[in-house]
Order: sequence, then C-alpha cells, then structure tokens
Amino acid sequence: MSDSRALKPLFQGAAVVLALGLTTLVLLATKAPPLAAYVNIARGAVGTVSVALDVLVAWVPLLLVTSGLLVTFTVGLWNIGIEGQITFGAIFATWALRSFQGGAASGAIDPALAIALSVLAGMAGGALWAMLVGALKTFGGVNEIFGGLGLNYVATALNLWLIFGPWKRPGVASMSGTVPFDKALWLPTINEQSRFAPIAVVLALVAIAVVFALIQGTYFGLRLKAVGKNPKAAYLLGIPTWQYTMASFAICGILAGLAGAVQVTSVYHRLIPSISSGYGYMGLMVSMLVNFSAAVAAPVALFFAALNVGSIQLPITLKLDSSLAGVLQGTLVLFVILAEGARMRFMKKGGRKA
Amino acid sequence: MLIELRDICKTFGPVRANAGISLAVPPASVLGILGENGAGKSTLMKILSGFQPPDSGSIIIDGEAATIRSPADALARGIGMLHQDPLDFPPLRLIDDLILGSRGPLRPDRKKAAREFRELAVRFDFDLDHEAYVDSLTVGERQQLEILRLLWLGARALILDEPTTGISLPQKQKLFATIRLLADEGMTVLFVSHKLEDVESLCDRAVVLRQGALVGSSEPPFDTKRLVELMFGKEVPQTPRYKIPCGETVLAARGLCLESLRLQIKDLDLEVYAGEVVGLAGMEGSGQAIFLASCAGLERAVAGSVCLDETDMTSRSHHDFKREGVAYLPAARLEEGLVPGLSLEDHFILAEGKRGLFIDRREAEREAVSRIASYNIKGRPDSPVESLSGGNQQRALLALLRDKLSLILVEHPTRGLDIESTIYIWSKLKERCSQGTAIVFISSDLDEILQYSDRVLVFFAGRVSPPLSAEDLGVEELGRLIGGKGWERFEASATAETAEASHV
Repeated sequence: MSDSRALKPLFQGAAVVLALGLTTLVLLATKAPPLAAYVNIARGAVGTVSVALDVLVAWVPLLLVTSGLLVTFTVGLWNIGIEGQITFGAIFATWALRSFQGGAASGAIDPALAIALSVLAGMAGGALWAMLVGALKTFGGVNEIFGGLGLNYVATALNLWLIFGPWKRPGVASMSGTVPFDKALWLPTINEQSRFAPIAVVLALVAIAVVFALIQGTYFGLRLKAVGKNPKAAYLLGIPTWQYTMASFAICGILAGLAGAVQVTSVYHRLIPSISSGYGYMGLMVSMLVNFSAAVAAPVALFFAALNVGSIQLPITLKLDSSLAGVLQGTLVLFVILAEGARMRFMKKGGRKA
Repeated sequence: MLIELRDICKTFGPVRANAGISLAVPPASVLGILGENGAGKSTLMKILSGFQPPDSGSIIIDGEAATIRSPADALARGIGMLHQDPLDFPPLRLIDDLILGSRGPLRPDRKKAAREFRELAVRFDFDLDHEAYVDSLTVGERQQLEILRLLWLGARALILDEPTTGISLPQKQKLFATIRLLADEGMTVLFVSHKLEDVESLCDRAVVLRQGALVGSSEPPFDTKRLVELMFGKEVPQTPRYKIPCGETVLAARGLCLESLRLQIKDLDLEVYAGEVVGLAGMEGSGQAIFLASCAGLERAVAGSVCLDETDMTSRSHHDFKREGVAYLPAARLEEGLVPGLSLEDHFILAEGKRGLFIDRREAEREAVSRIASYNIKGRPDSPVESLSGGNQQRALLALLRDKLSLILVEHPTRGLDIESTIYIWSKLKERCSQGTAIVFISSDLDEILQYSDRVLVFFAGRVSPPLSAEDLGVEELGRLIGGKGWERFEASATAETAEASHV
C-alpha cells in the first residue's frame, strides 16, 4: 500500500510527459516547430504585465466554476449543466444592470450598490438554473448529466433570443452583443485599458477558500461527502439526502452565476452570445485533474488560464490555431486519469501476488 | 453427458466457499443439491457454468478434462445454467432474446429460429409468443423462455438455481414435468434448492453441502429428518438463556400486507415487547427482509399498519422512525450501513447528527477514541471503515447507535463473523435489551435464532408462521419449517380460528 502511494508522483509525472509528447506529435504532424510553440505560449502568458493580468482575468471565472463543481462532485454529481448556469448568471446580471442603468445615471441609485445587486442577481440566476437540474433529478428521475446538457442548450437559446430580440442594439442586432453598460456600472479595474478587476480575484479566492473549508471542516461538508460516497448509508445515518443534493446544486449554481456576472460586469461590460466561453467545461477538466480536491484547484486553474491566454498569440506568430491550448489541456487530463487507472491496476496485481 | 467434479476448491478471502468437493452426475438423471445459505452451492454451480474459475480441482465432461473459461464456453460444451434471476433482456422480443446468444451469421435467420422456437414450445407445452416482449412475461414464463433458449443453443446439461422461487404452483408443476421429460431423454440435470419438498419429489439423488463441503448424499425414498440434520448440522445443546421480563408493546404490526417482485406477505400480525428479542428465520428472500424494512419505514406496506408505542407510523419515512427511537442495521455493512472512504471518526460525527457549522475535530477524536474502546473495535479514529474486518465493521455499526433506543432491527447480526465477535455483538445487543430495547433480527443461522430469540417467526415463500416460543422449538423442527414442511398445523389452527370466529 505504502509502496504504491510512493509510486503516485511517478505515474503523474509520466502522465505530464506523455501529454507533452502527444501534443508535440500533433505539432510535428502539422509541421510546426514544437519548441517555438511552447516558448510562444509561455511568453504569451507571462511575457508582459498586461498578458499576466489577462491570465488572472481568465483565472477568475475558471476558479469560480471549479469551486462550484467541487461541491457537486463531493456529493457525487456530474454537473455538466454548469455552462448554462454561467449563462443564466450572466443573463440575470445583465437584466439587473439594465434596469439600474437609468437610476445610476440620474443618481437615484449608488453605482456601487447597483453593481453589487446585479452580481447578487447573477448568483441567484445561476442557482435557479442549477436547482432546476437538481429538481429534475430529484423529482423527475432525470440524470443530472442529461438534464444539465439539455438546459445548457435552453440557456444558450434564451441568451441569443435576448441579444437579438428584446435587448438588441438600437438599429441592428449583432453578434457582438448588447449595448455596453455605462462605465459607472463596470466593476472597477486597475486602469482604463485593463479588464483586470482586483475585486473579482478576491471573490474567486474567497470562493475556493470557502469551498475548501466547507468540505474539509464543516458538518455540512462531511454530510455531502457521505451522500456522495454512499447515499444509502447516508440516508440510514439520518442525513436527508435529496435536500443535500439540492443544496450542492444551489451552491454550485451560485458560484457559476457569480462567474457569469463577473464576465458581464468586468470583462465584456455587456451580454454576448458566448458569454460562458467554455469555462464550465474547462472547470470540469480542472476538477478532474486535481482529483476533486480543493487544495490544489487554484494553482491548476491558474495554469489552465495561462495556457489559454498564452496561446492567443499563436495564430499571429506561428500561424497555429489557438486551440493548441485545448489539445494540451485535454491530453493532460486524459493522461492523468489514465495514469491513475494504470496505477490502480498495478496495485491490484501487486496485491494479488502478495 | 456425464459431469464429474474432482476436488473443487474456491476461497474468497478468509471464506472457504468450496473445500474440496467431488461429485459425479450421470446423464439422464436429476441431482438435487441442498444446503443452507452460504453452504457453497452457488459457488460450485458458478464454477461449473464458467462464471468463475476454481482455485484448484478439475471438471471432467464425458471422461475428458475440461477447462471452462466463460459462460459462453460452458454453453458451447453443452452446459447451460438457469439463474435464479433470469438472465434475459426485458426490453427485447422473445425471438431476439433467443437469437442473441447464438453464434450465427451476421444476419440471423429469424424465420428459422422462430419455427424452431415454436416447435420447442409446443413440445414442452409452453404458451409463449415469440413476438412478445420479455418484460411482459411472468417470472415463471421467463424461466420457460430461458430453458427453451438453452435447449435451442444445444444444452445437454442444465443447472437450475432455485428455480421454484417466485413462480406459481401450475408453473412449478409444468417446470417439474419438463425437467422429468428432459432427464428421461438423457439430459443431465443439477437442481439447486433449499426446498426439501421440491428435491424430494423431483430428484433421483440428493447431495447436501454444508460450509463448503459435501457432507452427505441420499437417494429416494428420502429421509427428511436426516436431510435436515445434514443441512443444518446436529442439534447443539442449548446454552442457558437469561430471560428478560418483557415490557410494553414497542412495535405492533397489524394486518400488514407487503409485496415484492417475487412474493407477497398477507395479514402479518406481530407485537414486539420492550426487552424482547424476536428472530426472523427462513431462507433468504422468503419475505423476512421486506418485513424488517417495513418496520423501519424503508418499505411501504400495501395494506395494514405499523405502530410504534401506539403511534401509527404507517407510510412514514425512515427518518421519522429514527426519531421515534428505531435503529436499522443492514446486512450489507459496507454497501448500506457504512460509507466507504470515510473514517470511523467521520461516522461517529455523522451518526451524532449534531447541528452547527464547524466540526470540533479534537472533541470528535476524543469521542471516537472512547467509542472505539468501549466497543472494542480494532481500528483508529482515522481508519477508513473499508479497512476494518467484518467483525469490526459490525462493532462500528453498533457503536453508531444512539444511546436511547426503543427498537433495533438487525439483518444478519453476525454473518461472516468469528465466534469471538459473534459473542461480543450479542452481549452488546443483550445489554440493550436489559435497558428495555426490543430487538428484531434476521438470521439464516438456526443456532443463532434459537439461542438468542425469545420468540421466532418463520418465513417461507411469503408465508409467515405465528410467533413460536424459541424454547419449545428444536433445530430440526425449525429446519423443517424453513424448508417448507409442517406448515399444515398453522393452517389448521387458522381455519379453526376462523371457524370459531364465524360461530360467534
């Protein structure tokens, strides 16, 4: 047992090497210089202060959704619907900001309060959409993966309808989204050009810290774990299982909604068609990569954000598509899980011999 | 087909499921294989049908040593197994279920298969429509389908595992006629059962397994008394029981009707008194488990009522029962009772059900250490429950119980435990009784039932005996009742009662 545990870093190291190897093969197959590509990504992520801040901008929503997903994973749920929950958070936040716009301009409402209320509205929106998945599962017997996937499409369709319908720009509706909000309703950034809002980073760090404490140190977290690991025994131990399932959906939805609200208030300053930007799915990958533990989620999410931002320059400098980051992220997750599977088999065989 | 098993051994961890079993089954005969739960019948049949390999020993078919690697392999050699739960495909049509297992061309000839299926069905007088869906059949009809399928695939030996559970009497008669017919035509039949009557009326020979070993064999005319002795062991001298005076009614089931897929329980009446131990005896799946679950709010009754301390609890949830002081300990400790991946300390925290936000880990550890000590659990507060031995898992389950309970319901309190743990578990349970807690437990160990119960209820295929005093009940009589014999006297007294009632 202790032997195989010592082997764990070895297997994980091998996974990283294999992921890099496979990505390199992909690069070679497209006749691109691998080393130059990696250097480019690194430079694109940390080369200047401005790109480094962009990494943090991408880190915030990713860390928020990962925090939320860790809660649903704790209770044994695959919350694929996270994308829709981000979108719904963004829609609710936009709705709130639009209704405060007039009041903020005339001074009837403090802009800071308006922003705060809009962010809360976003959290409520995400929670609502997540609890719908939960209700479908609990009362309708719909697996959360199917329910979540379906509701993702509904959320996207609703988003598009709003952008091209009721909330369209005066004159002609456009893929570039709704009319930007007044500057007064933007989440304060460090300067005019940057999209980096320190408050958002603080919120994300608080979120992961709260989730960590919740799972590690509270009665609530321990009961979530029990429900996730053995619902039947949890029920016999007196835990109201479906209520805990719903609560975990609500928490995840709140954090996903917060991510959506942050995208609207600090990054895009408007509602755009692809507002969730795939952060939900990426959050699922991060959760799997950290083996569903909150302790190392923040640095791994930061690494993924860096890969994303770092690859933005690839099309210009090397005529490579920026989806290379996705290739690396995907293979990394696959190989780490594969390595864990291989380690388990290895352990079992060793055990049988003993 | 002549099947010979030579010195078959199979162990699962510490359990010797088959300890050197040798057996020969000649063609054109029906061999009954008797034994209580866990005697090793299923393991032996699974080895013969290719579900699992033996640790050692050999299988010889028609004088030739055979290695059977998989169920498909077994079938290719002509050995087909009819499982207790039919292994078919409910969403398919009968004809597709039939074709599915055949090794044919890419495009199966449905017409030919349908014709052959009809011919087989007519031969055995089975009323099966090959275009119907499997899920529209009764358990008995699915069994018929499975027999036809195995025959169609060329089985020359049939293993039937508890085939008479859950089928109606006419279906059973038809099944037996079919088996007889097949045997007369040269089929080798192995008939696994715990029902003495079935074995006695059908088999040409019967062997008895007990604790993984073949302990005896018998030929007709069968001596029931001897078979019971072989199955359950010799009557052991009773250790003196200490009687706890019974108090008020803790649990009252009145006219309880329960249904599961396989059986029905009708009009069950039982009152359990404080400090009393009631044992539920019977072969597994005879209805005792759903009755126990219904006393814990885990199973809905079709009719009738369950009262706790005169509060009607019918169709209330298990958590309501828990609040009234009822505890339920499931047999599958690691699957239903404990949460694998969590530590003992975590379990104590969960069981306590404290309100609050943060867990005081230091206090929780102190509490865990004291509980571990007082229940003599070999483990530490941070030991994951799955790392504990079965005995220690059972101790942990007991340690999780709240201090004040009115009723403890236990499934198989000492299954798989060694003597030391068994005695310990019961001393803890009896301690509860002396505090006024009533205990209702299920066991397939007759000695345990007789030794620890005050009263016994015997279950057989959904029929329930009236409460019998454990003191007046012998192992042999209990064994006969469990095997479905000697039930007439209850019926006689019941009809007498009804007659009396109608007079009044």
